[in-house]
Amino acid sequence: MPSATLLGQALISGVLAGGMYGLLALGLSLSWGLLRLVNLSHFALAFLAAYLTYELGTTYHVAPWWSAMVVVPAMFLIGLAQHWLFDRFKVNELASLLITFSFAVVLEVGIQLYWTADYRRFETHYSALSIKVGAFYIPVLELVLCLVAGVLAWGTWLWLRRTYVGKALRAAAEDAEIAAAYGIDHRKLAYLLSGMGAAYAGVAGTFIALIATLAPAQIWAWLGVVFAVVIIGRLGNPLGALLAGMLIGASESLAMAVFAPAWAPVVSFSVLIVILLWDPEWL
Amino acid sequence: MIDRMGAWRRRGVLAGMLSSAAVVTAPSLLRAVPSGQPVKVGGTLSLTGFLAQTAIIHKIAAEIMVEEINGRNGFLGRPVEYVLLDDQSKPDVARSLYEKLITVDKVDLIMGPYATAPILAAMGVAQRYGKVIMQSSMGIPKLQTYDMAFPATPFGPEPDKTYPNVVLDAMASLPNPPKSVTIVTSKFPSAQFNAVGMRTETEKRGLKVPLYLEYEAGNRDFGAIAARVKEANADFLWVGSLGLESNQLLEALRKLDYVPKTSFHLYPATGPLALSPDGNLVWSSTFLEPDEPFMSRPGVKKIAELYKERATKANLPYPIIDAQAAGMIAAWQILEAGVNGAKSLDDKQIAAYLKKSVVDTIYGPTKFDGKYNHGEPAQLIRQVQNKEWKVVWPKQFAAPGVKLIPT
Repeated sequence: MPSATLLGQALISGVLAGGMYGLLALGLSLSWGLLRLVNLSHFALAFLAAYLTYELGTTYHVAPWWSAMVVVPAMFLIGLAQHWLFDRFKVNELASLLITFSFAVVLEVGIQLYWTADYRRFETHYSALSIKVGAFYIPVLELVLCLVAGVLAWGTWLWLRRTYVGKALRAAAEDAEIAAAYGIDHRKLAYLLSGMGAAYAGVAGTFIALIATLAPAQIWAWLGVVFAVVIIGRLGNPLGALLAGMLIGASESLAMAVFAPAWAPVVSFSVLIVILLWDPEWL
Repeated sequence: MIDRMGAWRRRGVLAGMLSSAAVVTAPSLLRAVPSGQPVKVGGTLSLTGFLAQTAIIHKIAAEIMVEEINGRNGFLGRPVEYVLLDDQSKPDVARSLYEKLITVDKVDLIMGPYATAPILAAMGVAQRYGKVIMQSSMGIPKLQTYDMAFPATPFGPEPDKTYPNVVLDAMASLPNPPKSVTIVTSKFPSAQFNAVGMRTETEKRGLKVPLYLEYEAGNRDFGAIAARVKEANADFLWVGSLGLESNQLLEALRKLDYVPKTSFHLYPATGPLALSPDGNLVWSSTFLEPDEPFMSRPGVKKIAELYKERATKANLPYPIIDAQAAGMIAAWQILEAGVNGAKSLDDKQIAAYLKKSVVDTIYGPTKFDGKYNHGEPAQLIRQVQNKEWKVVWPKQFAAPGVKLIPT
């Protein structure tokens, strides 16, 4: 039987790992839920941001928080450009899967051409810092990631519910034609949302650069679990995405601690199936 | 008379100059330049996908060897052309591409891909068309059941039995030999195969295995695994890792303020682990490092320098030759020896020649007379010392002044 310390540590580790799932799921959930576009290139954009952060950090010694000032707006612009294409060619939900997959593959090849397929690691003196609380260790970077993800998720949730633009976006997602009859310019708002989604990928990328080791093929490493998180958290629900990420992360981690690490990948999809069957009202 | 003597002296000087020039230029004049229709050697490598990090090393090594072979008269006087395709790290793609290479591109010979799964896929095609195939990276020798497949890496026929004992012997040589071993492994087939062997051989020696864990290949979060490793707190940590997994596990352990006393890593990403702050003094597996006694083997120094130059140019962060690159180099050396020895491009004749011969490779003399066409195993232990890998065990393969540093 695992000790209480082991279980507690696994829970902390899992919740913090879930923060990354939630952060990655945030942009994807908004795009899928409110624009009806399944943006697979979201993962590639996050990795592009991660590589840019790595490059700025290792070649020009720019601190990641300063890099983010450049990388995140750049991602926002890429999101706008991407949406211009979707709008121009009237891409629907199904076609968006194929087109954004192609976009992700092109980005992956581009990353490999420039940075090669070899592993890249942005070493910092704070990458393995932890805070000790009682018998437990809390990794600082993952904690900061969770806090940033929490602020973004909470802020976006409030924005969607309390502001006119947010309400307009939700109305347009419900029924674009009726929303248009009330004077909502759905197309312009969609640009804003697309840019935001890509910017969130940029924020995730900054943390990926600091926490993970980079390789082009890693773009696809989070795909399955993040999709499960988006669905569990309900499409277009930023807080749901974050909470679902933490739920999956904690479940995976506890499965690793109690049973065997090999059970972890089964957990996320088992949780997804259980929740879809259960369909709780609070979700 | 004086003039005639002067004329003779001038003729003598002229003759001497001509002789000297002949001596200087003769080797290049006598060395035949390969000519005629190229001998096409087809192969795939995982130039994209999750194996691309290592496959790029094999590509650089192969390109160096093709140039070297062409500088030595090619294959039977004809230039060698390497027809290289990208199998995208997918065995099914590798299988289709080898079909294409043999039936559409009509290559004369084939060279194996990188990693166990693509090799198995390619081997099936080779067997169907009766082609001889060299492979440099199949970690489970017993799966190589095709009699015209030749291993270029000296794993030996049963690395799951031999390799753990090399590690255990090195452990036993430490001033305070470990009494307990935690084994954590990826479920990637060759890693798991070796991990099971390590557990069996460890227990046979009376050492305890307080924790044996398997995780899925591509595992993202090592936090919980690290917590279990810390709790087990064994004297030695054996990690059946691939690529970055070792870095991820060691970093997760550091976040828990735990550094394993001594750790071994099966197939790590060589550069990132050596350069990582967590990598200091860790152990790994190898067959060759760019140091003595290996550099004294014929041609190794030149190849190591060429590799460093090409790998730097290709922007690889760790441009140092090691067992991965050496595997591909040995594969081409074996193919070259087979063609030259058989004096033919016929696959059956090449295979027949290799089976009865000893081939000098970058790893030293290699035979194919054992089970699964394997010769004797030649596994070594290397340790990160000052951010470089150094062979430390068995002692006779350690460079002068280098020894296993206890932790």
